[in-house]
Amino acid sequence: MRTILYIIQKEFIQIFRNKMMLPFIFVYPLVQLIILVNAATLEMKEIDMVVVDMDFSSLSRELTGKFKGSPFFVIESHTTSIKEAEAKLKSGEADIILHIPQNFEKDLFSTGKAEIQLLADAINATAAGITNAYCSYIIADFNKSVISENRNILPLSLPKSVDIEYSYWYNSELNYKIFMLPGILVILVSIIGMFLSSVNIVREKEMGTIEQINVTPIKKYQFIIGKMVPFWLIAMFELGFGLIIGWILYRVPVEGSLITLFSFTAVYLLALMGLGLFVSTISHRQQQVMFINFFFMLTFILMSGIFTPVESMPDWAVKVNVINPFAYFMRVIRMVMLKGSGFQEIAYEFYAMCIYAVVTLSLSVWKYRKTT
Amino acid sequence: MKKFIGFVKKEFNHIFRDFQTMLILFGIPVAQLLIFGYVVTNELKDIKIAILDQSKDDVTLEISNKIIASGYFIPDQNLRSIEDVDKIFREGNVRLVVIFEPGFAKKLEREHTAKVQLIADASDANTANLIVNYTSGIIYNYINSINGTNEMPLKIIPEVRMVYNEEMKGVYMFVPGTMAMILMLISALMTSVSIVREKEMGTMEVLLVSPLKPGQIILGKVIPYVALAFIDAVVIIALGYWVFGMPVRGSLMLLIAESFLYISMALSLGLFISTVTNNQLAAMFISFFALMLPTLLLSGFIFPIENMPLILQWLSALIPPRWFIVIIKNIMLKGVGFEYVWKETLIIALTMIGFIALSIKKFKIRLE
Repeated sequence: MRTILYIIQKEFIQIFRNKMMLPFIFVYPLVQLIILVNAATLEMKEIDMVVVDMDFSSLSRELTGKFKGSPFFVIESHTTSIKEAEAKLKSGEADIILHIPQNFEKDLFSTGKAEIQLLADAINATAAGITNAYCSYIIADFNKSVISENRNILPLSLPKSVDIEYSYWYNSELNYKIFMLPGILVILVSIIGMFLSSVNIVREKEMGTIEQINVTPIKKYQFIIGKMVPFWLIAMFELGFGLIIGWILYRVPVEGSLITLFSFTAVYLLALMGLGLFVSTISHRQQQVMFINFFFMLTFILMSGIFTPVESMPDWAVKVNVINPFAYFMRVIRMVMLKGSGFQEIAYEFYAMCIYAVVTLSLSVWKYRKTT
Repeated sequence: MKKFIGFVKKEFNHIFRDFQTMLILFGIPVAQLLIFGYVVTNELKDIKIAILDQSKDDVTLEISNKIIASGYFIPDQNLRSIEDVDKIFREGNVRLVVIFEPGFAKKLEREHTAKVQLIADASDANTANLIVNYTSGIIYNYINSINGTNEMPLKIIPEVRMVYNEEMKGVYMFVPGTMAMILMLISALMTSVSIVREKEMGTMEVLLVSPLKPGQIILGKVIPYVALAFIDAVVIIALGYWVFGMPVRGSLMLLIAESFLYISMALSLGLFISTVTNNQLAAMFISFFALMLPTLLLSGFIFPIENMPLILQWLSALIPPRWFIVIIKNIMLKGVGFEYVWKETLIIALTMIGFIALSIKKFKIRLE
């Protein structure tokens, strides 16, 4: 026991001797949480629109006014030449063109139907889809108001309609930040748990200092525990730190119990460190271990559902996620933080992580050799 | 010159003998493209929903069937009461609850209007929004179909054209994004780590006392990565073209020239990083976390820049990948020529010159 404590003490001294460490633990999360959480939003705003109004009627002006009045659109310019508008789309000055053809008003009242054209720059398909949804909403709304204003001249027959009421639980304002914050926390905690701990061991290998430890009476398990505990503590601390920052900056509360969240994280970190240790036992140079970690972290984090729901992924990806520890943590941290899920609801993930930890840790202890 | 070629060969050997380096060089671009192509998409599929049908008549059954038959959703369970909603959301599988009011069909017949309530688990705001939009679309379609001839008087029909991307393919966004990210990563990360490694291991001294000039050392370090990054660029464009159907509408030569410029810019950044750090971990951190995540999130690759707060928009203007993405999109998708991308090109060129100047100023040929 005393041996382990000494190793831990030595590790802490070594970790904090690196001038990079303190900024990494304190400044880096702060920057990530401020920048990335704010950047990751799909709410559209300031969509630049060019209006090509060939009708010059009061109705066409009213329609343009509707777009102008919406918080999503900015009328970039008015023109009567569709060529000019298309050039603006091409140069990127405009995102969408609203083209109201001649006789728009006349057609609407004489035939009961009138067409308008929307040309959207759809290179970013997601953004274009959302823009399109806003447009159809504004146009449908405008259509309704035109009908009710002209009720007296129209035949009286109401079509059937369904009144759809929406409610968005746990996040009634559809604030994307609330969703991203736990995701960023997963990345932060995982980098420390997997990346730092495995690079640390290989650094000793590369510098040759591991041999000095190998010739001491320190046992295999003592060495591994001594190497793991400091990073485990730092990562747990990082989670707490991130949660506090999240609360201060974005008022994202932890709905569920902190004990549940931290106990899950504790087990998750063990599993992840097991994985990191395993990588470090099969590598000889820092570069190798960083690259392997980098490859797996990038791939698995993107697959973990950080941006898009896991169940919408293809079947093979859903299967891969069974062995993806990030996917478990991503799911659990969001459930506990945002929905207040209790231990019962995350029990499956918790036990899965326990098994994961046992497997990866025993694999790496078995793989680790004191002799070369 | 012969010495120099020997040095470049040594660098290539360093790269090729290492499985891990090859994994980064060629594994990441391919894995990224496949992940963005097939995994991280905004299309919904197999979203679990629960239905609370308080009416259980023909119309509600029909609507439920339509929703399920759409392919976006699969029914998870039927609820008995509204109190269960919280419980099933907490379990975490169901993302939407559809509630029909009692006497739905009757009300629709008599009062011409009836109520549906959609409750979405909005802890994932983006998905919740999509789910609600899809579901209401399905319900409105159904109502329109039973209304039949009795449609709206005075109808404004918007005809929407999705320019440059008629089929709304996500690939048009992620091929440029992946390219900007991977080229940046390989060039900046690999060069900085490989130079700093020489420093950390003390082999830099050996190189500095060799007859090679410092400029040659740096150039020799950089050349292999130019070549490899360029191969990656070609792999990404080829995969995009043949696997995902991403067209190259503009000039291929221009695209290649711009990629070269961007790669050189990233290499000069890598050089700069290597002059300010002295251990591999630090170089890796700066390249990975200071370049990678911002490139992923601030370059407009995944999230549109116009949506960001103003300060972040300024910050994103400082990120060269942002401009490179604009260039690739313009050339590949809009098919425009140099006159449309010269501004962006100039920005990247200036950034490159800046980093080179800084590195020369900081580069020390003597040890402390």
